[in-house]
Amino acid sequence: MKKAIMMNKDDNVATVLKSVKKGGMVAVISTDNKLVKNIEAGKEIATGHKIAVNSIGEGETVIKYGESIGTATGRIDRGTHVHIHNVRSKVKYEGS
Amino acid sequence: MHFNGYQRENGPAGTRNHVIVLPTIGCINELASEIASMVKGAVPLLHNHACIRLGPDLLRARRTLIGIGTNPNIHSVLLVGLGCESITAEELAEEILPYKRVEAVTIEREGNYNSTLEKGVAILRELVKKSSEVEKKKCDIADLTIGIKCGGSGSVSAIASNPATGQAADLLVEKGGRVIFSETAELIGAEHVLARRAVDKAVREKLLNCVNRMKREIADYGVNILGSEPTKGNIAGGLTTIEEKSLGAIIKGGNSPLVGVLEYGEKPSSKGLYFMDGTTQASQLFLGMFAAGAQIQVFSFGGGLPARFRGLPSYPCGLPVLPVIKVLGNPEDIEEREYFDIYAGDIISGEVSVKEVGKSIFEEFFRVASGKMTITESRAGYRELLQLYANGLLM
Repeated sequence: MKKAIMMNKDDNVATVLKSVKKGGMVAVISTDNKLVKNIEAGKEIATGHKIAVNSIGEGETVIKYGESIGTATGRIDRGTHVHIHNVRSKVKYEGS
Repeated sequence: MHFNGYQRENGPAGTRNHVIVLPTIGCINELASEIASMVKGAVPLLHNHACIRLGPDLLRARRTLIGIGTNPNIHSVLLVGLGCESITAEELAEEILPYKRVEAVTIEREGNYNSTLEKGVAILRELVKKSSEVEKKKCDIADLTIGIKCGGSGSVSAIASNPATGQAADLLVEKGGRVIFSETAELIGAEHVLARRAVDKAVREKLLNCVNRMKREIADYGVNILGSEPTKGNIAGGLTTIEEKSLGAIIKGGNSPLVGVLEYGEKPSSKGLYFMDGTTQASQLFLGMFAAGAQIQVFSFGGGLPARFRGLPSYPCGLPVLPVIKVLGNPEDIEEREYFDIYAGDIISGEVSVKEVGKSIFEEFFRVASGKMTITESRAGYRELLQLYANGLLM
């Protein structure tokens, strides 16, 4: 089975270690290589890209490394590809 | 826990025992190089300092040169000077002397090039001979200071080589050692995370000031970095936001409390994890780490097309006195494994855990500290001029 790694136990996304096809099963592992859960990929997800481990509501925080990496711009179901189409940065440009 | 190293009269033990020839200024590189070439085993550290540096850059250059001379990996120092330079051999010698033997020759004092050459060679022969008499002894792991840098980052290094390096950093801090990581530009977007780990308000403010200054400088340059980060290549690789990219970079320092924020080349005053306000340019940063007292450097690599420099076996090639442990993160680059000391790609193939690779990096600290040659050290002699970091006006 294809694997995805969860960098922190509080994360709601995992990084896919080898690209997975739509409908393929993904074994989500922790940093000490233990199985956390199996999930089904909602669409094709490439190596290095993220998959939702839990469903994330619109406006909720997307968490990786136990920290915010942005806000969900719409509802993200479990198994969905999580990327620029459904996440927005929380960092504001502070230039003059 | 111990390693076999070189105990020093004042300060931590070294992992190497080099005798260096250190020019006070770039103008005198030719003479320093010639003196070193006449004595087997001596290491010339030629660099680009010039009198055209002002204010903070001049102070930083002075701190860097003193830091090079006082690093534990150095047995003794021969300074080579002109006599007219902004940072003189006499003032450097005075700062280095409490830590180790230091000698100086200058053209002004000796009269001309040839007489300085002759005297320099005679002194250097004696220093090298003395260095060969030093016996290695059992040294405490708490003596170690490790510098950490990443390069060619991507979504893969952010989950393999960087977190594994961070695990090794955490283990060393637990055992009483010091870890320094840097690259101020890479904190942007994740500075609040590191700031939360600061041990007190002063450290937190110093850290945020570094990042805010950098943001201001970028804005003053007319560049909107937040609009272009992550880059197209990063996005194609799976990185979504600047905070995700920065989190993947700062994880290389581990998760220990942040004990202090250092200037470029400044030495940590205690044990634990430190952040150095510095550049992302590898050779300049390594020099800053060495000046801060690092006896070993880790270079954690991402992979793929944006990081072709990872395949250059000795990159960066300026500092033969600082052993560099190179970590390869991407299994797609496995054909280049021979250029690396540690392979973290098995994390991506799901065969080993981040924690296991972290432990093997930590164990490599001991082997390298006790004398094991790193890949970079084992390569032949291509060297580049050391670049002392400057970011201000050059006259």
